[in-house]
Amino acid sequence: MGDLLAARSQMAVSLGFHILFAVVGIAMPVLMVIAETRWHRTGDAMYLELAKRWAKGTAILFAVGAVSGTVLSFELGLLWPSFMRFAGAIIGMPFSLEGFAFFAEAIFLGVYLYGWERISPRAHIAAGTVVAVSGAASALFVVIANAWMNTPAGFRLQSGLPVDVDPIAAMLTPAAFPEVLHMLLAAYAATGFAVAGIHAMMLLRDRRNAFHRRALAVALIVGVPAAIVQPFSGDISARYVARWQPPKLAAMEGQFRTEAGAPLRIGGIPDVQAERTRWALEIPGGLSLLAFHDAHAVVHGLDAVPRRDWPPVPVVHVAFQVMVALGTYLALLGLWIVVEAWRRRDLAANRWLMRAVALASPMGFLCIEAGWTVTEVGRQPWIIFGVMRTSDAVTPMPGLIVPFLVISALYCFLGVVVVWLLYDLVMRSPITRESDGAAAAPAAA
Amino acid sequence: MAIAIAVIALVALNAYVLLAGADFGGGVWDLFATGPRRADQRALIAEAIGPIWEANHVWLILVVVLLFTCFPPAFSGLAIALHIPLTLMLIGIVLRGSAFAFRSYGSSDDAPQRRWGRVFSIASLLTPLLLGVCIGAIASGRIGTMLDHVARGAPGESFASLYLLPWLSPFTIAVGALALALFAFLAGTYLTVEATDDVLREDFRRRALFAAIAVFVTAFLALLLARSRAPRVSAGLIASAWALPLHVLTAVAAIGAILALRFRRWHVARIAAAAQVSLILWGWAAAQAPYLVPPSLTVENAAAPRRTQLIFLVALALGALVLFPSMTYLFRLFKTARVHETVPTGRNDSV
Repeated sequence: MGDLLAARSQMAVSLGFHILFAVVGIAMPVLMVIAETRWHRTGDAMYLELAKRWAKGTAILFAVGAVSGTVLSFELGLLWPSFMRFAGAIIGMPFSLEGFAFFAEAIFLGVYLYGWERISPRAHIAAGTVVAVSGAASALFVVIANAWMNTPAGFRLQSGLPVDVDPIAAMLTPAAFPEVLHMLLAAYAATGFAVAGIHAMMLLRDRRNAFHRRALAVALIVGVPAAIVQPFSGDISARYVARWQPPKLAAMEGQFRTEAGAPLRIGGIPDVQAERTRWALEIPGGLSLLAFHDAHAVVHGLDAVPRRDWPPVPVVHVAFQVMVALGTYLALLGLWIVVEAWRRRDLAANRWLMRAVALASPMGFLCIEAGWTVTEVGRQPWIIFGVMRTSDAVTPMPGLIVPFLVISALYCFLGVVVVWLLYDLVMRSPITRESDGAAAAPAAA
Repeated sequence: MAIAIAVIALVALNAYVLLAGADFGGGVWDLFATGPRRADQRALIAEAIGPIWEANHVWLILVVVLLFTCFPPAFSGLAIALHIPLTLMLIGIVLRGSAFAFRSYGSSDDAPQRRWGRVFSIASLLTPLLLGVCIGAIASGRIGTMLDHVARGAPGESFASLYLLPWLSPFTIAVGALALALFAFLAGTYLTVEATDDVLREDFRRRALFAAIAVFVTAFLALLLARSRAPRVSAGLIASAWALPLHVLTAVAAIGAILALRFRRWHVARIAAAAQVSLILWGWAAAQAPYLVPPSLTVENAAAPRRTQLIFLVALALGALVLFPSMTYLFRLFKTARVHETVPTGRNDSV
C-alpha cells in the first residue's frame, strides 16, 4: 500500500467512524427533549425513564464523537499539510464557528446529563434544546467546509497560491446549501429509524411493552418526516452536482459518454476499460430528466474530462446506488407508517410493519456512509475540486501505513465496545406492560 | 493584529492547560489512588471531571482551529514534523475520553469499571507527557530546522533524523515530565477544594505537595537542559528585561501555593497554583516570541491574510458572547455550593 492510499484510507476510516457518532449527536438530543417534554405534559414517568436512558446512550456516543472529531481536526494537518497550508485561511472560518457550536454542545450536554436534580425542569429542557440546536449548527459549519472542497470559491489563484481571500464567500458556495440540507435530514432520518428499529425489535418479542411503544413513537416522529422529505433534498443535490461537478455525476451514474437524453441507470457495474456500464436497468431520458428537469438535456459524460481526472467510477456508482436504494426504502417505509398512523392503527400490533422498521435500523447509517463515499470519492483525484490534487496534498512522511493500521485498530476496538455497551443498555430496559399502567419499574443501574 | 491573535491563541492554550490539564491530572491521581480511601478518591475525581471535561476539551479544538485559520504554515509545519507524537497524543485523547464515558455510563459491574478506569488513568498520564514533548520540540527550534530540510527535499537524511530525533531528546522528555507534574499539581490542588470531607482533603493535600516537588525537579531539569537544547528560549528566560520579574512572580506563586497548602487555605492554593502554571506557560511564549516555530516561522510571516484575521476576530468576539456566559453557568452549577448527597456520580447513578 502506497503512502497516498494509506493516508486516504486513514482519512476514510476516521471520517466513516466519526460521522456515525456525529449524526447521533445531532439527532439524539431532539429525541431526548421530545421524551422529556412529553413527561411534563402527560406526567407519564415512563417518558422520563426514556429520556434518562437515551441520555446515557447519548453520553457514550457523544464522548466518542467528540474525541474522534478531535482526531479529524488534527488529521487534516497530519495527513494533508499542503492542503491546510493552502486552505486554512480560506475555510478556517466555518471550522472556527463550529468550534463555538461544539463548545455550546459540550457545555449544555454536561448541564443536561448531570443537572437533573440541580436545575428547574424548564431549564433542563432548555439545556437539551441548546444541545440539539448547537449539534445541528456544528454539522452545518463542518459540511460548509466540505462544500468548499467541492465548489471552491472566495479566492483567486496567482502562481499556484491563493490571493484575495474572502472567507465569507468561501462559506457561501453553491454546494453548501444542498449538502447541509441533505446531511441534516440524513442525520434525523438515520437516527430516528435506528432507534425505532431497536425498539421495534423489542416490540416483536413483547408487543405490549409500554416502554418500547413510547420509545418507538418518539423515534418515528423524528425519523419519518426526515426520511420522506429526503428524496426531494436528493433531487436538489443531484441537480447541483450535475451543474457544478459533472465528472462526479457521470461517475455516480456510470455515464461514460456525453449525450442528450441520457438514461437513468439502476444498478449495473461500470467497466472502466470498455467505458460502458453493464447490466444496468436503463430508463431512457431518465437521467437528463432528473439532473436538469428536461428529458432531452445534454449530460456530460466522463469523456468530457481527461482520464487522469476521473474519479474511481465503480466505487462511486455502486455507493450511489446503495444510497438511493436504502434511502428509497426508508422514504417508502415512512409513507407506510404515515398511512397506518393516519388510519389510527396500532403500529406495534402490525408485525410486518415492525419487521420492516427493525430491518431499517442500520439502513440510515449505511446510507450515510454510502453518501459520504459518493461525495468524497466522487471528488477525487482532487482534494480541492479543480484546484489541488489529493496526491499533492499528502504529508511527506513515509510509512503512513503504520498510523493507518493503528487508527483503524483503535476504532475497530472502540466500535465493538460501543456496540456492546449499547446492547447492554437496551437489554436492561424496564418491562412494564401497557395494561399495567404503573410507573416504570426501577431498572438496575 | 497577528500578534493579538497569537495572544488569544495563548490564552486559549492557557485555558486548556488550567481546565483540561486538571482533568488529565485527575486521571493521574486515579491511577495512583492508594490506601483505604482509594474508591472515595476515584469517586471524587470522577465527580469533579464528569460534567465539565468535554467542555474543557474544546479549548484544544479552539487552539487547533485558531492555528490553522490564522497561521496556516505553522499548523502545516507542526503537523508534518510532529506527526508521530501528535498521533500518539490523539490516541491518548481518544482512549481517555472514551474510557471515562464507558466507565461513567456503561455497566456498573466491578470488573469493567476497573478495566475502563485503568485505561482512563493510563491515557491521562501519557497524553500530557506527549503534549509537553511537542511543546518542548517547538521550543528547541529543531522542528523548524527539520522543516527546512524537508522543504529542500531532505537529501541524505534518515527517517529517524527527520521524524523522530527532532522531538525525542532529554530536553523534550523533561518538558513532557514538567507538563505532567504541572497537571497533577493542578488537579491535586483543585481536588482539595472539591473534596467532600477533611480526610479526603488531606489525601489530596499530600498529593498536591508531592506534585509541587515534582514540578520543581522537572522544571529545574528542563531549564538546565534548555541551555544546550533550546538556546533561544533559554537565553530569553535568562537575559530578557522581563525575565527577572517573571521569575519573581512565578516563585511568589509557587511558594504561595505551597504555603497555602501547608496552612490549608484551599482556595488561595488553587488560585496560586493556577497562576504559577500560567506564568510558566507565558514565560515560554515570551521567550520564544516572535517565533511560532523557531527558527523560521514568526507570528508575522506565518500569518493568514489580513481579511481572514479580521473576520476571525469578529467571529471570535461573537463566539465569546455565547461561550463565556455558558461556561460561567456550567461552572457555577457544578463547582460551587455542592450539595453532595444529591449529586449523581457516574459510579452510582440511580437511573
